[in-house]
Amino acid sequence: MTTVENAVAVSEPSAGLLRRPRANRGFLSWLTTVDHKKIGILYGCTALIFLVLGGVEALLIRLQLFQPNGTVLTAGQYNQMFTMHGTTMVFLVGMPIAVGFGNYFIPLMIGARDVAFPRINMFGYWVVLFGGLFLYSSFFLGGAPNGGWFGYTPLTSAPLASGFLPGRGPDFWAIGLILLGIGSTTSAINFIVTVINMRCPGMSLMRMPVFVWMMLVVAFLTVFALPVVTVALIMVWFDRNTGTLFFAPAAGGDPLLYQHLFWIFGHPEVYILILPGMGIVSETLPVFSRKPLFGYSIVVFSGIAIGFLGWGVWAHHMFATGLGPVAISAFGLATMLIAIPTGVKIFNWLGTVYKGSVKLTSSMMFSLGFIVLFTLGGVSGVTHSIVPADTQQTDTYYVVAHFHYVLFGGLLFALFAGFYYWYPKIFGRMLNETLGKINFWTLFIGMNLTFFPMHFLGLWGQPRRTYRYDAGLGWDTLNKLITVGSFIIAISVLVFVVNAIVSKTRGAIAGNDPWDGRTLEWSIPSPPPEYNFAEIPEVNSRDDFWYRKYTEDEEGRLVPLPSGGAEAEAQAAHDGHGIHLPAPSYYPLVMALGLPILGYAAVFHSVWVAIIGAIVLLFGMYAWAIEPAD
Amino acid sequence: MTNRSRRKRLAVVASGLVGLAFVVAGCGPANGQNSLLPKGTQAKEINNLIVPIFGVAIVVAILVGVATVYCAVRFRARPGINDRPRQVHGNPPLEIAWTLIPAVILAVIAVPTVSLIFKLNEAPKPNALEVTAVGKQWWWQFDYKDQGVKTVVVADEFHVPVGRQVHMTLTGCDPSLGTTPPTGDCNVIHSFWVPELNGKRDVIPGHLNTTTFTADKPGTYLGQCAEYCGLSHANMRFRVIAQSESDFQAWLAGQHEGPAITIEQAGEGGKLFAQKYACTNCHAAEDSSVSSYGPNLTHLASRSTFASGYYKLTRANLVDWIYNAPSMIPMESKDCRLPVGQGICVGMPSFSQNTPAGQPTMTRAEAETIADYLLQLK
Repeated sequence: MTTVENAVAVSEPSAGLLRRPRANRGFLSWLTTVDHKKIGILYGCTALIFLVLGGVEALLIRLQLFQPNGTVLTAGQYNQMFTMHGTTMVFLVGMPIAVGFGNYFIPLMIGARDVAFPRINMFGYWVVLFGGLFLYSSFFLGGAPNGGWFGYTPLTSAPLASGFLPGRGPDFWAIGLILLGIGSTTSAINFIVTVINMRCPGMSLMRMPVFVWMMLVVAFLTVFALPVVTVALIMVWFDRNTGTLFFAPAAGGDPLLYQHLFWIFGHPEVYILILPGMGIVSETLPVFSRKPLFGYSIVVFSGIAIGFLGWGVWAHHMFATGLGPVAISAFGLATMLIAIPTGVKIFNWLGTVYKGSVKLTSSMMFSLGFIVLFTLGGVSGVTHSIVPADTQQTDTYYVVAHFHYVLFGGLLFALFAGFYYWYPKIFGRMLNETLGKINFWTLFIGMNLTFFPMHFLGLWGQPRRTYRYDAGLGWDTLNKLITVGSFIIAISVLVFVVNAIVSKTRGAIAGNDPWDGRTLEWSIPSPPPEYNFAEIPEVNSRDDFWYRKYTEDEEGRLVPLPSGGAEAEAQAAHDGHGIHLPAPSYYPLVMALGLPILGYAAVFHSVWVAIIGAIVLLFGMYAWAIEPAD
Repeated sequence: MTNRSRRKRLAVVASGLVGLAFVVAGCGPANGQNSLLPKGTQAKEINNLIVPIFGVAIVVAILVGVATVYCAVRFRARPGINDRPRQVHGNPPLEIAWTLIPAVILAVIAVPTVSLIFKLNEAPKPNALEVTAVGKQWWWQFDYKDQGVKTVVVADEFHVPVGRQVHMTLTGCDPSLGTTPPTGDCNVIHSFWVPELNGKRDVIPGHLNTTTFTADKPGTYLGQCAEYCGLSHANMRFRVIAQSESDFQAWLAGQHEGPAITIEQAGEGGKLFAQKYACTNCHAAEDSSVSSYGPNLTHLASRSTFASGYYKLTRANLVDWIYNAPSMIPMESKDCRLPVGQGICVGMPSFSQNTPAGQPTMTRAEAETIADYLLQLK
C-alpha cells in the first residue's frame, strides 16, 4: 500500500498548480515562508508599526485635551481617534506581539522544529495584517470607526440612515474585527496543537517553561472567546446593513444582549492580553536572579485559575446597567476572587528575586517595573469590584488609568522585557544596554506621569471618550501634565525603535547564551538555524538547559558543571543536512487575500466584489489543498 | 524598643502619612462634579465605603513597590559574593499564606460592599419625588408628573428639594413622541451621572432603569452623560439644582404656568420662529407639559444654561446658537428640514450655513429677533 502511494507521488511530482516556492532568503521568502521564526518576526514588526500608529492616535488625543475646549481635532475626528487607538492597541498590538513571541519561542522552548500547522500559521499572520490594513483603509474610504472599541449597540447597529454614527466606520470596525478574530483563532489552534503534540521527549507539561504555559492558556481563551464576539459583530453588521433588529429596542431587540456578548469575549480578552506578559516575566525574573521561579506550579495553576475565573466576571463591565443587586453582587465577588491568584503570582515573582543574584539588565528593569506597575493596576482593579464605588468610577478617567496600568504598565513593560531578553536570540546581536536604560526610565516616568493623574481626574468627575471639557472644572493642570507625560512615552518608544534598528547591525555579538539562560532556546545558536535543533533535545527536568550547566550543592547553592554548554557547540557544528522541513507556500497569502476583499464587499454592498473575493478565497483554498508536499 | 519594631512602626506611620497626603491632595477641586466631595446621602455612603479601601490599596501597592526596589538593590549581583544564590524552588506554607491573607482581606471588604449594593437598590421612599430623565442626542429632558400625568417638562436643568429622596426613572425613547423619532431608529444608550449625589445608572432604550438620590445641601450639582452616545457625547451635560422644599414648590408651580408670551403675542419673532424657520417642528414653546423632539422652550429664560447645559444663557450665546448651533455643539443635522426619513437629522441644524435646498437662510438680524422673543419666556 505504501509503495503504491509513493509510486503515484513520484510519477506526478507536480500534482498542484505550481511547484512550492523554494526561496528561504530575500523578499519572496517573507511572503511564502512557513518558518515559525520568520512568521514570529513578521508579527513582531507588524505589531510595532501598529504600536506607532496607535501611539500617534494617542498623542493626537492628548494634544486635543491639553487645554479645555481644545480645537486640535473636531468631535468627529476625536471619536475616530479613541476608537482606533483602543482597537489598534488591543487587536493589532497586544495580541500580535504576544502571538509573535509565541510563534518564535514556543517551538524553541519545547524543543520542536516548527509548529504543528506551518501553513495555517502563515495564513493567520496574513489575515491579521490584512485585517489591520482593512481597518486602517477606512480613513481613506469615508471615515474610520467611531463607535468606540467596544462598539455598543444600538449606536453602532442603528441603520446608517438614522445618522447616529455617520460614515462606514462601524461597518469597517465590525468586519475588520471579524477578520482579526479569524487570524487570532487560527494561531491559537496552532499553538494548542503544537504545545500538546510537539514537545520534545521528557518535556512533560509540568516541565514546560511558564511562558509556554501561559500561551497555552491564552490560546484556549482565544479559541473560546473570539467566536462569541464574532457572533455579536455579525449581528451588528446585519442590524446596520440588512434591517435585522437584534439590538433595536423599538422592535423588541435588546441592546444589553450585545453588552453581554461583547464582555463575555471582552473580559477573557483582558487575560488574553496580560497572561503572555506574565509568562515573559516568569522567564526573565529567574534568569536575571539566577534562581528558579519561586513556586512554579503555583504560578502555573494561578495562571490557569485566572483563565477560568476570567469567564465569570464579564458583567463587572456593566455595573451601571441596572442588572439588579443579586447579579451585580455575584459579579463583584467573582471579580474580587481574581485578585487572589493574581496576588499569588506577584508574591511568587518577588519570592524569585528575593535573595537572588539580581542582574539589573534592561530586560530585568522592565520586568521589575512590570511588577510595580501591574500591582498598581491590580489594586485599582480591586476598587472596581466595590460595586457602588465602581458606579462612580466606570466610564471615567479612573478606569482609563486602571487599564493602562494593567496593559501599559503590565503588558507593554513585559513585552519590552521580552524584547531586550530575546532580541539577541532572534537577531544574534545584543540591544544596546545604555539606550535600554534610557528607554526604561523614560517609559517608567512618562507612563506614571501620563496615567497616574488620570485616577484623580476620573474621581473628580471627568468622563472618558469626551473630545473636550469645559474650563473651570479644575481638570486643566492635570490634563496638561498628562499630555507632557504622553510625549515622554513617545520619545521613549522612539529610543527603542532606534536601538532595535541600530543594534541589528552594530550590536555586540550575542553568542548562544548571553544571559546564562535556563530554557532550551539558549542551547542553540543565535539566530537559530532554520531547523532549530540539529538533534531533538531530550530533557530530564524543568529548566533542563540550566541543569546541564549547573548543579546544586547540599545547601542548595549553585555549582557550575565543567561540561556546561558543550552541547550547544555540538548543535552549532551540525549543518542541518538531511533535516526535513515543511516547504514554503504561496497559498496562505492567496487565501488570506480573499478575506479583506469579501470584507470590502460587505461594507460597500457590492456583489461583484464579493464574487471576486470568493473566487480568490476558494482558489487559495483548493490550491492549498492540492499543493504538492515539496 | 527593638530596632525592628521601631522600623515597623516607622513604616506604618510613613504609609499612613502618604495615604493621608493622597486623601488631602486627592479630594480635588470643588467643581460641582467631584465624587470625592459628595453632597448627597448615596454618594456619601459610597465615598465612606471606598476611601478606606483606597487606603488599603495604596498601602498594598506601596509595599509591593518597596519590596521590589528593596530586592533589586539589596540582592543586586556582586561578582564573587552572591553569584551562587541558594536555589529555592518554593515554599508551600508561605505560598498558602499569601493566598489566604488576600482572601481574608477581600472577604472583609466584601461584606460592606454587598450590603451597600442592596441598600442603594432599595425601593424608593413613599414621599420620594418622582422625576423621569429622558436621554436624547445630546441633551437631557426631565419630566415631572402629578399622579401619573405629565405636568412639567424641562431640559438641561432640573430642580429638586433638599433632604427629600428623588426617584429617577431613566428612559431612552420618549414614549410620548412614539417610538420612532423622525430619523428612524430609537435612541441610544446614555448614562445618568451626578457624581456628588450618586453613582451612574445607564439609560438603556427598552429597559426601565431607576435610581435614587438625596441632596443633603442646597446647591447646584453638575451631571454629565457617562456612556458614549455619538458625536457630541462630551457636550451632554446637565445640572441638578437643590433648593428648600418651599422654593422647589414655587419653582415647580412657575414652570407649570403657561408661557409669559405666546407666539402670536411675540409678533415678528414669533412668525420667524413658528413659520419661516419652522422651529415648532421640534420645539414646544407654549405648553410646558408636553415633550418635543428638541427642548421644550416654554420657560427657557428661567434657566441659567442652555444647549445641553454647556453654555450660559446670554443673549449673545443664544443668537449664535439660533444662527448656527452646530458651530457651538457638533451635530449630525445637515439635512434636518428634508421630509421625515429622508435626511440625517440628529440635533439642531444650522439655519445659516449649508441649509438644505429650498430652505430659507437666516440672517443674523433674524436670529436676534428670535432670541429676543425667546428671552421673554421666563
